Amino acid sequence: MQAFLDIFDIYLLEAVVNGILLGGVLALLALGLNLIFGVIDVTWICYAELVMIGMYGMYYMVQAFGLPYWVAAPIAILLVAGLGALLHYLVIEPLLTAPPINQLLATGGVLFILQSFATVAFGIDFRNLGIRLPVLAIGDMHFSYSRLLAFVAALIGMLAVYFFMTRTYTGTAIRAISQDRQIMSLMGVDTKRIYLITSALGGALAGLAACLLVLQYDVHPFVGLSFGPITFLICVLGGLGNFVGGFIAAFVFAEIISLGGLFADLEWGYVLAFAFFIVMMFIRPAGLLARRS
Amino acid sequence: MLELKSVDAGYGTFQALFGINLDVRAGEAVGVIGPNGAGKTTLMRVISGLIRPAKGSITMEGHDVVATPAHRIVDLGIAHVPENRRLFPRLTVDDNLKMGAYMPGARAKYAERLEFVFDLFPRMKERRSQMAGTLSGGEQQMCAIGRALMSDPKLLLLDEPSAGLAPVVVQQVFELVKRIRASGLTVLIVEQNVQQVLKVVDRAYLLEAGTIRASGTSEEMMKTDTIKQAYLGV
Repeated sequence: MQAFLDIFDIYLLEAVVNGILLGGVLALLALGLNLIFGVIDVTWICYAELVMIGMYGMYYMVQAFGLPYWVAAPIAILLVAGLGALLHYLVIEPLLTAPPINQLLATGGVLFILQSFATVAFGIDFRNLGIRLPVLAIGDMHFSYSRLLAFVAALIGMLAVYFFMTRTYTGTAIRAISQDRQIMSLMGVDTKRIYLITSALGGALAGLAACLLVLQYDVHPFVGLSFGPITFLICVLGGLGNFVGGFIAAFVFAEIISLGGLFADLEWGYVLAFAFFIVMMFIRPAGLLARRS
Repeated sequence: MLELKSVDAGYGTFQALFGINLDVRAGEAVGVIGPNGAGKTTLMRVISGLIRPAKGSITMEGHDVVATPAHRIVDLGIAHVPENRRLFPRLTVDDNLKMGAYMPGARAKYAERLEFVFDLFPRMKERRSQMAGTLSGGEQQMCAIGRALMSDPKLLLLDEPSAGLAPVVVQQVFELVKRIRASGLTVLIVEQNVQQVLKVVDRAYLLEAGTIRASGTSEEMMKTDTIKQAYLGV
């Protein structure tokens, strides 16, 4: 092992591994957003704000009510799933036939409502769970357990979605509805119900991301800005609604951020990632895995 | 089995059907013939609930179809193979068939129905893991009919099953219709291919400009002068 590690620049390897770990959570976020877009044809601009609410949920359950993390996490996931269904029922469903720009503006409005609500209800303080997981050292490399846990849990979450989408009737209907929504009633499918389930699933993924991110980051009303824009870029780069494309793009972005942060400051990693995105938009405007029409 | 009484239907302000009276008895095969734009597809859509009638009543074995939510009509035993087949192109044949068995009652009989469909269309068994969009036209028609049969219907609505298919495949499709009939299903079929369809149905209606102009047994219809001149070319 040591001989192997000597060959490579140890910090480079550490950055690559950390990029992969970051990619897992970003891929989870991208999957949730892609699911909503691919199936309902609506972009939830406020997706990262659902994550923020979930993080606050975790904070209060763990810090204020003293619930163990493992008990609080499923509750937070259910809470955000319910929030996703509510968002669909109250905001999206009345606008389903409206022009896309109206839907975009409406979910943008929800973004500000959630941010303002969080500011009023929770204050602008940075809060954390007070859980500090140990750091794993392999040779001279250091990986935090919170990132490893996040990566593994994100993969399990994505795998669960994959099996749900391919093995169950409801999952198959979710895939079918994105291809031909008019004839779904001929199959006996209630499209309204499927949209609600899809929205709840998208919310549940945001909730899972919240449980994982709250171990690594402090929560504050504007924490969504740290994940929201990057999640959108990932989805667009992968091709909006394309699950596999989003998955790959998440790791591409994560590596750029992680490696860029190695050679300069972490902020430069983000600058590089956004610059890469702009260049890619010229080269492949429909996304990495654009579907041939 | 199926009964339509003075049904009016259309899209927005455009009325496509005017006072349609039509009935299909159990075990029958009934055809609806007529030119393009006569309202044949609208007739199918109004029966399966894709559009709702403006006026009139539709009953299936005594159940009020108009009062049934669109996604519950399949539970009354009506399966609709829509115009242009409308398969889910990026789902496999298996998943398309699975969608046909979505209703709880059909799910319970999934394995049995799948065997029935594969017996009827052995080709579908060979193609089961292939994306439906990559099938040939005739295979897509089999898949679409198979999907409808997965719900274990009593009445099968077929909308232009021969449209867009090569002549030799058209022959095969009408053979299929005969076999489906033989399995005891009631069939209501809409076709522009009048000559072919009159060979497989017991009775037919002539639909023109949204109204029923004539009806009768296949033999009677074939002898009617207007049909002979306009549709059979003799």
